[in-house]
Amino acid sequence: MKKFINKVDDILLESLSGFSAAHADLVSLHFDPAFIVRHNKASNKVAIISGGGSGHEPLHAGYIGYGMLDAACPGHVFTSPTPDQMLAAAEAVHANQGILFIVKNYAGDVMNFEMAAEMLAFDNATVYTSDDCAVINSTYTTGRRGVAGTVIVEKCVGSLAESGANLQACKALGDKVNQRTSSIGVALTSCTVPAAGRPTFDIGNTEIEMGVGIHGEPGRKREQMREADAIMIDCVDAILADFKVKNLPLEKANEALLLINGFGATPLMELYLIYNIAAKLFKQHGINIARSLVGNYTTALDMAGASVTLCMLDDEIKQHWDSPVHTAALRWGC
Amino acid sequence: MKTAFIILASQKIQREILAHEHTLESLDRAIGDGDHYINMKRGAQTITEMAADLAPLQPDAVLNKIGLKLLSTIGGASGPLLASFFISMGKSLQNNNASTLNIAEAFAAGVLAIRQRGKADLGEKTMLDVLIPVSNQFLLLTQQGRDTSHICRSLIATAELGMLATKDLIASKGRAAGLGERAIGHIDPGAKSCQLIITTVCNLILNDE
Repeated sequence: MKKFINKVDDILLESLSGFSAAHADLVSLHFDPAFIVRHNKASNKVAIISGGGSGHEPLHAGYIGYGMLDAACPGHVFTSPTPDQMLAAAEAVHANQGILFIVKNYAGDVMNFEMAAEMLAFDNATVYTSDDCAVINSTYTTGRRGVAGTVIVEKCVGSLAESGANLQACKALGDKVNQRTSSIGVALTSCTVPAAGRPTFDIGNTEIEMGVGIHGEPGRKREQMREADAIMIDCVDAILADFKVKNLPLEKANEALLLINGFGATPLMELYLIYNIAAKLFKQHGINIARSLVGNYTTALDMAGASVTLCMLDDEIKQHWDSPVHTAALRWGC
Repeated sequence: MKTAFIILASQKIQREILAHEHTLESLDRAIGDGDHYINMKRGAQTITEMAADLAPLQPDAVLNKIGLKLLSTIGGASGPLLASFFISMGKSLQNNNASTLNIAEAFAAGVLAIRQRGKADLGEKTMLDVLIPVSNQFLLLTQQGRDTSHICRSLIATAELGMLATKDLIASKGRAAGLGERAIGHIDPGAKSCQLIITTVCNLILNDE
């Protein structure tokens, strides 16, 4: 393992300290328990809190700021945060309109946020993101995983909350965006959890893992490496099949947001290359890519690979995607 | 069950978890995300560090405190599940002269709390594949009035069987749930660590007698 580390046990604390120092204009960091909040706390709005294991940066702290999250609770690497973090964060950002949690649908995250929600004195609701369509047979699992589509949910819900909408409306939009979003990931290499010191899974030089999750947990199938066009055909097909299962209309002239997300060790050059392929393929299926985002937005430490996320837009989602946002990782319009 | 025993057991459990680093890590790397050992190690260490604070407390308060501490320390799925177990077991435990039956009932209450929190049951390739059979066997043997060493030996065997049985299961709960048939052939790491803990506690009782 070759990583920038002093002591493995200090990696999270040192990284969070660096994040809050680099973005001191936007956020402040609290310890014991650890959470990050945005400056200029609003006086009367739904407070949006997310969180999850670390190692997915910029998710979630990178999305704290105007038009997106009010707070984020970072867990240890790939490990859900604990309820005391959520309670302390809620206390800090509560602005008289209740708390909306945005939680990726993983057992650990769900349970810890659930316990926090049960203990919380304020009105609260939770949006569970579950955009990953990698798991084919739903009898194997009770829940789909929440992956890069979470960024789109956080952006849209954050925008709506900023406009003064109430808790129910924010939850409803979050659920809608999640429902209209599907993702699938491909890993070219494994990732290495610093405390473990070695790759999470073994993968040959000519192999790829189709449907990988954002922790390097295995996905659909181990396959042979092939050219980018062929890999993208499979990804696009998986997403289109998922939209069919979800019974979402895919008729002509539909507008969509295409997010190509890097897992951490794949160059932007390749991400743009696959963006181009995916956008063309969707176009052939009558889907017009009206909005796009390409970059490392939901990473898996040092894994090489990428995920493809498609969100079917409507006027409301488009409006909230386009609205001004000012965070460490996303900024436009202000 | 006395406070001194719980503290001693926590130290033995920590030693066993550290001794099984390779096993727990390999199992979780195979069908999970590689953090199970690290989380169990962190939890065990936190509990042993609390020994001085726990020593003056009654056993029910000790279990409750262990549960709350695990809740804010472990994270992941193990955190809330193990926390729910200890908090619920503490609630059901009678402090003064708790009978073996009362301990078995308190254990069962803890396991029920895990089932409710995890919305999981037997046969889903999780820690419950060890905990449910052990809990049932514990209740049955105490109701039959079996002696302590018989109970302990039987629970060690039951835990082992339950742990091994996860090998052939498809996971429908937990991090391996996305794997489908690819999870077959791998023991569930959570089931393995529960079997380790139960075996450690039972051996401690057996060696005490």
